[in-house]
Amino acid sequence: MMTKARVIPVLLLKGKGLVKTTKFKNPVYVGDPVNAIRIFNDKGADELMLLDITATLEKRDPDFRLIEEIASECFMPLGYGGGVQTVEQMGRILQSGVEKICINSAALAGPDLVRQGAERFGSQAIVVSIDARKKLFGGYEVYGHAGRKSAGKDPVSHACEVVAAGAGEILINSIDRDGTGGGYDLELVRAVAEAVDVPVIACGGAGNVAHMREAVDKGRASAVAAGSMFVFHGKHRAVLISYPSAEEVASVSAAST
Amino acid sequence: MIAIIDYGMGNSGSIKNMLRRLGVASHITSDHQAICEADKLILPGVGAFDAGMKNLHDRGLAPLLDRRVREERVPVLGICLGMQLMTRGSDEGKRPGLGWIDAEARRFSVPPGSRLKVPHMGWAPVVSRKSSALVAPSNQDELRFYFVHSYYIDCHDGADVLLQASHGNSFVAGFERDNILGVQFHPEKSHKFGLKLLENFATRYR
Repeated sequence: MMTKARVIPVLLLKGKGLVKTTKFKNPVYVGDPVNAIRIFNDKGADELMLLDITATLEKRDPDFRLIEEIASECFMPLGYGGGVQTVEQMGRILQSGVEKICINSAALAGPDLVRQGAERFGSQAIVVSIDARKKLFGGYEVYGHAGRKSAGKDPVSHACEVVAAGAGEILINSIDRDGTGGGYDLELVRAVAEAVDVPVIACGGAGNVAHMREAVDKGRASAVAAGSMFVFHGKHRAVLISYPSAEEVASVSAAST
Repeated sequence: MIAIIDYGMGNSGSIKNMLRRLGVASHITSDHQAICEADKLILPGVGAFDAGMKNLHDRGLAPLLDRRVREERVPVLGICLGMQLMTRGSDEGKRPGLGWIDAEARRFSVPPGSRLKVPHMGWAPVVSRKSSALVAPSNQDELRFYFVHSYYIDCHDGADVLLQASHGNSFVAGFERDNILGVQFHPEKSHKFGLKLLENFATRYR
């Protein structure tokens, strides 16, 4: 039996606008979030992930009003991440029409927030995103604070720790591949996917649908996420929001047994 | 006016937003008067079975809904936990359900070593088992909806089964018996497929 893997656009929020980064740097403005959501509604995207990439760096709360405005236009499952540090913030975001909370930096401080969130809202509502970078002499290292701070942790052991605490999904993101379009870091994705029994979303490096199929076949991911591929078009990287056709999306699938 | 029942089990904002997009008036309410005046009901819900039933009873909603649905035969659509509450009970809890449909909610069990996960989360194709205004006219080549659930409905009377999906084994994704409808998936998060389903519920049921 084949199970269709979810194909998830990741939208990066900076202030009130959407941007796209390369290797977590050089954010380029790509448009208005509500407008982007409406386009993805029309194109029938499987799910969206909205990440506020400056909330943690600016030590501020999530922009609840903007999240609510975006969620009210989003007729597909929506995840939000960025600056979430308390269960109360999670509750407020979920109440506004978001399905999943994505935790990154706060999960590096310890498993408590993940555990509390999962107990209160269920594991299906808690995604832990892990940003990892290849180490110079082999292996990987986790970074927090939008890729700025080394956490001194290995992504596989960190993933196991947060899943044990109740995380319902892992978003594994390769900092080295971000925005490059050269394909996912299959070794990284597979190492994490084989270590945990919750769905793993591959992120970082997708340039085409074949890369997505690879992430599922070889990387054993349950879902694939991408940024640039959905917001840039052509070699001059003109801003154009797109989503693969239903047939292409259906081709990203894996044997489930 | 459609009353979306507010009993403290998860967010219903996206259902209201999708209805607004369709131009259908609705409000999210636990007010008895408003529920009495509504011409259709939606019972949404995310969370645990017993907490859902307890909240319905604590707010005095269980007998009110029972009267509106069973005696006055107002069309009602249960979504996710809301659908499960319409059955006799669930493996998840000890409390009896509303008992409108002869069915129970069962826990998914997946064989060890399988790549299937619980909760069943994501989009799944859905097939119709009988003709119904809820999913008709089906001019789309396939129906797909977004699911998030760890328990599935097991109907005792096969005639109630409207939609089926599969997660390891086939399960009931939708039931319909007279004015009582339930769907396991989230139409409010299933863009064009969900829009069509909610439009059908809003316009084709009386």
